[in-house]
Amino acid sequence: MPRPRTAIDLEAWSLRLIFGLLAAVAMVFLVAPTLIVLVTSFTDSESLKFPPDGYSLRWYVALLDADQMQRAAWTSLVVAVWTTLICVVFGTLASIALARSRRPWIRACDVLFMSPLLLPALAFGFAALIYINQLGFRPSLSFLVLGHVIVCVPFVLRTTVAALSQLDPDLLDASRSLGASEFTTFRRVTLPLIAKGIAAGAFLAFMASFDNVPVSLFLADERTEVLPIHLWQQIESNLDVRTAAVSGVIVILTLALMVIAERVAGLTRQLR
Amino acid sequence: MKFNASTMVLPLAALFVACFIAPLSVLMALSFASEQGAGDFTLKHYLVFFGDRFHLSILVDTLMLGVKATLVCLAFGFPIAWLCARAHARWQSVLIFLVILPILTSVVVRTFSWIVILGRQGVLNQIVLALGLSDEPLRLLFTQTGVIIVLAQVQMPLMVLPILTVLSKIDPNLGDASRALGAGEWRTLWRVTLPLSMPGILAGGILTYAACITAFVTQTLIGGARLIYMPLHIYQQAVGANNWPFAAAISVIFMVAVLVVVGLLNAYGRRFERYA
Repeated sequence: MPRPRTAIDLEAWSLRLIFGLLAAVAMVFLVAPTLIVLVTSFTDSESLKFPPDGYSLRWYVALLDADQMQRAAWTSLVVAVWTTLICVVFGTLASIALARSRRPWIRACDVLFMSPLLLPALAFGFAALIYINQLGFRPSLSFLVLGHVIVCVPFVLRTTVAALSQLDPDLLDASRSLGASEFTTFRRVTLPLIAKGIAAGAFLAFMASFDNVPVSLFLADERTEVLPIHLWQQIESNLDVRTAAVSGVIVILTLALMVIAERVAGLTRQLR
Repeated sequence: MKFNASTMVLPLAALFVACFIAPLSVLMALSFASEQGAGDFTLKHYLVFFGDRFHLSILVDTLMLGVKATLVCLAFGFPIAWLCARAHARWQSVLIFLVILPILTSVVVRTFSWIVILGRQGVLNQIVLALGLSDEPLRLLFTQTGVIIVLAQVQMPLMVLPILTVLSKIDPNLGDASRALGAGEWRTLWRVTLPLSMPGILAGGILTYAACITAFVTQTLIGGARLIYMPLHIYQQAVGANNWPFAAAISVIFMVAVLVVVGLLNAYGRRFERYA
């Protein structure tokens, strides 16, 4: 027996209202912190009050003299660039196998490569430190990069495998039947078609490396201090407004990179 | 020569053996050694952990923290995904962009902004006091409630994206059929949409849960030094107390606990595979 129309409408409205409200609250909750830190960073006072009483660029200017912070930022950038490069090369190669083969050992590799996303990164960082120690080495930039590669490569794999699985196999057959070698087919057909997927993954891997704390905590030392660790220690010890200014810079750069990634690689479509 | 695609996996596999499996094996071995450098085999670190209510309570607190934060993510994340799946393509991109903004903004920055928000004179307390919801500032920083709020914000995208993927694949005819047969919107949601989106909810739940319990930065900065969860416990034992074998044992216990939870959720998820 169908219910009267009005009752159904009431139900439809109540569902939309409640879901709409929950989603609206959640969206405010998601976006507000980023905006608040951005606004706070332009304060002209010594305190982190929101909203600030007055606005100035003085804390951004103060960053120009913050040598230690600049060094840490530079180290983070170098580590993130190397990590991304290695992730893209190794990750793209592996993705081709992961996307094409159904063999059990390839499936096992898939699980292995994705496991850093689930396992506690801090435990891995600690394990890496013990390992390096037992091999008789001291932590260095190279080990830091390798540690980051392990925890960042899943992002490249995810988007690249997704792009490969949408690839029309007929295109590859056409290329081969026209006499192109496997390598030429890869370079001229496959690579251009999955480039956006790789780019989106590279972007995510770069951000993940630039942001990594748990692995760097064990693998970075005074010489290779990275920005997130430096900021983390700053916040733990004395909350100064320069931290807000660095945060402001990071937020602005992140937004800019996200817009570029959206334009170039269709970031949000890759994640859907 | 016949080209074999499977071999392409080898470079990364070699890297993982050398830089992932080997360190974890060394960690495992160290957790069974009585002290660093000793080649013996002992269970004493595990016995200490499981024989002491202090250590055990940290493990339980951490696992429960993940459950609470994941449920908050689900309560807010499902409506976002539901709305997103119904939005036009353009709005969908805007919504996803806003949802992933927090997870891409540095975790330290995110957590830092929450300190500004949750503090005694923070934004939230200003609002609460102005609205007369409370006579005195709420204590949110350095409390579990605070940690859960921040974790939910930080990890929300991990819940929203998998649910969105599943929701956008559901045949809209199924909802129409349910309504045509007389079910209301809520009944359709409960009996049709929710069961069909279970694979996404579980995938999102697994990712969110794992991310929440291992979120060292959020846990330490918002929770402070007195709220100890497993990652901080490992860090304190390894770096503060310099007790590597014990820290290794805790790490192993923590990893196994995560794998058990993920395994259970995965096994539960198999029941819904027939829908997918």
